Amino acid sequence: MFVVVVGGGKVGYYLTRELAESGHEVVLMEKDRARAEQITDEIGSIVVAKDGCEGIYLGEAGANRADIVVAVTGDDEDNLVICQMAKHHFSVPRTIARVNNPLNEPLFRDLGVDEIISPTRMILGSIEQDIPVHELLHLAPLSRDFELIEAQLAEGSPAIGRNPRDIELPDGCAIVAVVRDQEAHGIGADTVLRPGDRVIATGRDEYEPDIRRALIGEVGGS
Amino acid sequence: MRVVIVGCGRTGAMLAELLDAAGHSVLIIDIRTGAFDRLAESFKGEAVRGDGTDEGVLRRAGAADADVILFLTEGDNRNIMGAQVARDTLRPGRSFAKVNDPVRAEAYAQLGIDTVCRTTMVADTILTAIGLPATGLPALFARPEPAAGDGARSVGTGSQPAAAQEG
Repeated sequence: MFVVVVGGGKVGYYLTRELAESGHEVVLMEKDRARAEQITDEIGSIVVAKDGCEGIYLGEAGANRADIVVAVTGDDEDNLVICQMAKHHFSVPRTIARVNNPLNEPLFRDLGVDEIISPTRMILGSIEQDIPVHELLHLAPLSRDFELIEAQLAEGSPAIGRNPRDIELPDGCAIVAVVRDQEAHGIGADTVLRPGDRVIATGRDEYEPDIRRALIGEVGGS
Repeated sequence: MRVVIVGCGRTGAMLAELLDAAGHSVLIIDIRTGAFDRLAESFKGEAVRGDGTDEGVLRRAGAADADVILFLTEGDNRNIMGAQVARDTLRPGRSFAKVNDPVRAEAYAQLGIDTVCRTTMVADTILTAIGLPATGLPALFARPEPAAGDGARSVGTGSQPAAAQEG
């Protein structure tokens, strides 16, 4: 397998070394000459000290016969362009990009990057699993001041046993859905909240304390 | 005409001022507030600090309603990414990305964004001035004219979501 790795940071360095050691043909592109020389000293002359974003250099590194191009620089826009150039200009069958800003993931996918690795998302996922259940999670901003919020209901939440429509929230806030047993449910007249439910609410971010009080309860000392 | 400009460098600031003076509605975005120092006192448009490749920033800037959006930052790839965000999610009237690498400029025109290349522009100006043949490359790499429906976008593999929004 012939792999072109672009970006000689820690990820690119170890990736290149592992691939070379397991017998693959690999070229690493690193535009910083000093860094490129340092890596060459350590793993041999498979480093091209050129910017992999430049179409001409990507070609010189052999992109037109690469089986895989992996873009692991620290900049999302560079990783996107490297993969798109590889795919569309050099017909590389498989492209893999590191994405740092999780919000860019759908864009990368829509724009044809084959595989997306998101260290931020992975670490976030691990942390969120450890977050105490009484925390509110900010799912996404909806517009300038609006946010989509998730509250996981624990035993003792004032919302337990109630219909979401009866919960008092400031004007302009709404409970929009309940996620239970891995399924999303709309709010009906007979919906009764239970411990473990994940309540999805939306409202202006200044009302977050009110939403917290209504769904989580008073959280002392945390 | 409503124009959004991303990148308040020399070109961005100059265009912002000219368009503003000509009576168009101009909003200019830059990631550094200091960049707006380039704008003359007489500039009456809006200047917003933010990352112009970020969909949220562009949306708040009203890019979805813009007739023209220009990506003129100093990074080719930032401009390319921004123009694709604009095309696929915000869908303004027209967008242009400054791409100084001619290889990328041409490749992305094929992928459906209009690109402007300063490298070929300067080279051709000089070559012509000293009486030598020009590069043969354009300064503006126009994307292929959309055929029936949404032809230009169908070149890229990422066309499905955009095409779906077409309605």
